[in-house]
Amino acid sequence: MPLLWLFLLVLALAIAAFVFARSRVLAMSGQDRRSLHSLPNYYGSNAAMKSAIPALLVLVIWLIAQPFYVNSVVSDALPDSAIAETSSRSLVLAEVRRTADGLDLAVSTGTMTEDEASDTGAEVAAVTETLEEAGAIVTAQITQPVLRAAQQFRVLNETGHQIMTIVVLLIAAAGAFWGIKETRPDFRARNVVEQGVRVLLIAAASIAILTTLGIVLSLVFNTVEFFRLYPASEFFFGTNWAPSFSGRGGASDLGILPLMWGTFYISIVALIVAVPVGLFSAIYLSEYASPKVRAFAKPMLEVLAGIPTIVYGLFALLTVGPLLVSVFGEDGLGWMQAGTAVMTAGLVMGIMLIPFVSSLSDDIINAVPQAMRDGSYGLGATQSETIRQVVLPAALPGIVGAILLAASRAIGETMIVVLGAGAAARLSLNPFEAMTTVTAKIVSQLTGDSDFASPEALVAFALGMTLFVITLGLNVLALVIVRKYREQYE
Amino acid sequence: MTDASMDSGPKKGSLTTVDARTKKRNAAEKRFKAYGIVAILIGMFFLVVLAASILRSGLPAFTQAEMKLEFVLSQEEFDAAEGQLLKTKAYEGIFISKLQDALTENGMSVAFDAAAIERLLGKPGSMIREYFRANPDKIGTSVTFSLPASSRVDGYFKGRVSRETVVDSRFFEAKDLDLVDALADAGIIVRNFNWNFITGSDSGVDNPSGAGIGVSVIGSLFMMLVVLVLSLPIGVAASIYLEEFAPQNWFTDLIEVNISNLAAVPSIVFGILGLAVFIQFMHLPQSAPLVGGLVLTLMTLPTIIISTRASLKAVPPSIREAALGVGASKMQTVFHHVLPLAAPGILTGTIIGLAQALGETAPLLLIGMVGFIARAYPEGVVSGFIDPNSAMPAQIYTWAARADAGFYEKAWGGIIILLVFLLTMNIIAIILRRRFERRW
Repeated sequence: MPLLWLFLLVLALAIAAFVFARSRVLAMSGQDRRSLHSLPNYYGSNAAMKSAIPALLVLVIWLIAQPFYVNSVVSDALPDSAIAETSSRSLVLAEVRRTADGLDLAVSTGTMTEDEASDTGAEVAAVTETLEEAGAIVTAQITQPVLRAAQQFRVLNETGHQIMTIVVLLIAAAGAFWGIKETRPDFRARNVVEQGVRVLLIAAASIAILTTLGIVLSLVFNTVEFFRLYPASEFFFGTNWAPSFSGRGGASDLGILPLMWGTFYISIVALIVAVPVGLFSAIYLSEYASPKVRAFAKPMLEVLAGIPTIVYGLFALLTVGPLLVSVFGEDGLGWMQAGTAVMTAGLVMGIMLIPFVSSLSDDIINAVPQAMRDGSYGLGATQSETIRQVVLPAALPGIVGAILLAASRAIGETMIVVLGAGAAARLSLNPFEAMTTVTAKIVSQLTGDSDFASPEALVAFALGMTLFVITLGLNVLALVIVRKYREQYE
Repeated sequence: MTDASMDSGPKKGSLTTVDARTKKRNAAEKRFKAYGIVAILIGMFFLVVLAASILRSGLPAFTQAEMKLEFVLSQEEFDAAEGQLLKTKAYEGIFISKLQDALTENGMSVAFDAAAIERLLGKPGSMIREYFRANPDKIGTSVTFSLPASSRVDGYFKGRVSRETVVDSRFFEAKDLDLVDALADAGIIVRNFNWNFITGSDSGVDNPSGAGIGVSVIGSLFMMLVVLVLSLPIGVAASIYLEEFAPQNWFTDLIEVNISNLAAVPSIVFGILGLAVFIQFMHLPQSAPLVGGLVLTLMTLPTIIISTRASLKAVPPSIREAALGVGASKMQTVFHHVLPLAAPGILTGTIIGLAQALGETAPLLLIGMVGFIARAYPEGVVSGFIDPNSAMPAQIYTWAARADAGFYEKAWGGIIILLVFLLTMNIIAIILRRRFERRW
């Protein structure tokens, strides 16, 4: 693990700089700490910071940038003749990378010596055989140019890593030297260190922005790639979902409408279960319940929110599904063929959403000023009349916000629908039929497939993009409504 | 007469008699209150049903039917068996004759053949041979063998398989149940605590009785290590900046909006992010706990930031003012005084965030932590982070997606273990909060 060693080496340099700078400033002050501007540890921290942070930053940037550089060089060196008509440059590059990984593996297991692996005159057939022997995954027949490119790839990577090690260590040493050199009793070490810590804090806070950026970029790039292979209009308005797994392109129907219908149908069933139960629980808990009942019932309901969704998924598949079949299935009413159905997933998802609706509504009902209730009682209204005609209308915007948040949860929920809703994409009104959702199809299109070049895999990114936009819209809308409502009573 | 005309007038309500309208209103009041009680009861009912079905279906996973047979292998038998061409077959023959003896000893006589034993146990010969070859000194002494019975036999004891439902196949035949009954009466087949389920690795698709969750628990553990090491310092640093230092400007607003939105992004989208950025772009190893940990870190960060900011906000300004007053810098105030006082709250929030991450499944499916990958314990710390492994919830999903009903029981059992972990973490969080919470 040379990377780990490099990291530890930089840290060791930083610690050495810390110790050295600290003892240096103490010696300079003649053991009289009062003559120092800052506490001795700050001088040490200053040197350590200047040694470690630029070096680690360069390390990270290098690690991200090097693959791009190597890829472009190798790609330029690949002759056009090496790319078969049915293939593309990126696929051949993937092949090159796999071969290079195979060579690495063969060298590390000892089936090949380093010289054999980098021998440019090696026989292709012999190398393929040795690689297979070493247990490397060699899918297609390796061709001469691919092997050459793989060897070039390895050489470039190797030299790149060597230069990186040297550069990083040089920067760390130079930083340590700089930090130690400026260590004098009148140096304002604390101010510098605090400025550095502040920059680190800002960097940590920016990770939230980077994450959003990462999500948006990874969705947008792959979605654009997908729309290059598959027409956008057919994706958004197609009413048939039938991906082919064997053939590439053309043969698949990838219309999103059946998936959207399944998603909304299941979410509606879930909300029909969750909203009345959650809302009435919230009303009872905030308006009627004694403190004792509240202290017991509220956490009990919130336990439902803490249970992982895989548990609900299994509950849908193995408990609720068979139960519904025994009532609505062949032996009962005959409406249901199998346990996985819109009803199964919707019902279980509804249970999961009860605490979302109830605790959010509870907060909102509690925020309605007591004076409004008192006014209503003063006019002779009963408690339920007060709730129905004063409290609920006042809390309505907030409650709508809570329901929107619950809806966004329902649309983005994955495990319950993967296990409970079935796999067939269809446009049907029967809630006892199996249907599928956007999230379930993202999972099924992306698991077990490491090749991202086909439209069947790339469609998952377009689905993800749709999902992201819808849930983001719902969340923003809900937050705006809730915030507006809060301001009204503050 | 006047009395009569007064009686015929409209009846006015009084304090002692209740008129129809008041009755109606009071009934509506009662009804409304009843709706609330019913709603809460429905919620509780679902919770109880969920708990009951987890316990009812999951507890059997912790026991396993085993065949326990004690016998003596003499030196002659060992030599004879080693001299045969099909050695394991010879040991199987020895095992069957010893089993026959044990049954006759108990006064029972059931006819059975080698095929029946193979249906019940798999092939016991190789295991017995390996044992005696490894421990030659045990030849001639009394040795007890415990062999796990097949999932059909196991299911018979747990009520999953019955005489009525059993279908003859090459895996099992109805007449085998007579043999199973006889062996159970003789005390040879017993139900034992299934340690293999807790410590073992995943098994092939046709062997539910050998499946264990141990390896994926280790996978989850490595993932949680990554999440803890990354999300705690980053989350705390981000919260300190936002709560203590950030000026009111567009950049701070941008961060705030991003954090509140990330908290509501569906988990599957984080899986897509992990797949595209960490695997497709950075070429990190697929199915590795390291990648799973990175994805879950990004998911957990908003939770940790929100709870950390709340506990920083709860530290009264007087503490900060006192520190600044005696000459501490802003940074010293925060790190020496505010942060230690907020630590219990931060810790509680972190544990709750970790518990959420531990139960998350959907992103793990996309980065390939599903399927038959939790096959062996990692060899070391580095291999624990980068070698393919599963995690508890992903392992449960893998079992739930398999065709053999024997795996469903394992999935429920896995859920019990997962919930035990979550419950422990939440209880620790509650205890920490109770123990260290300060009201200012």
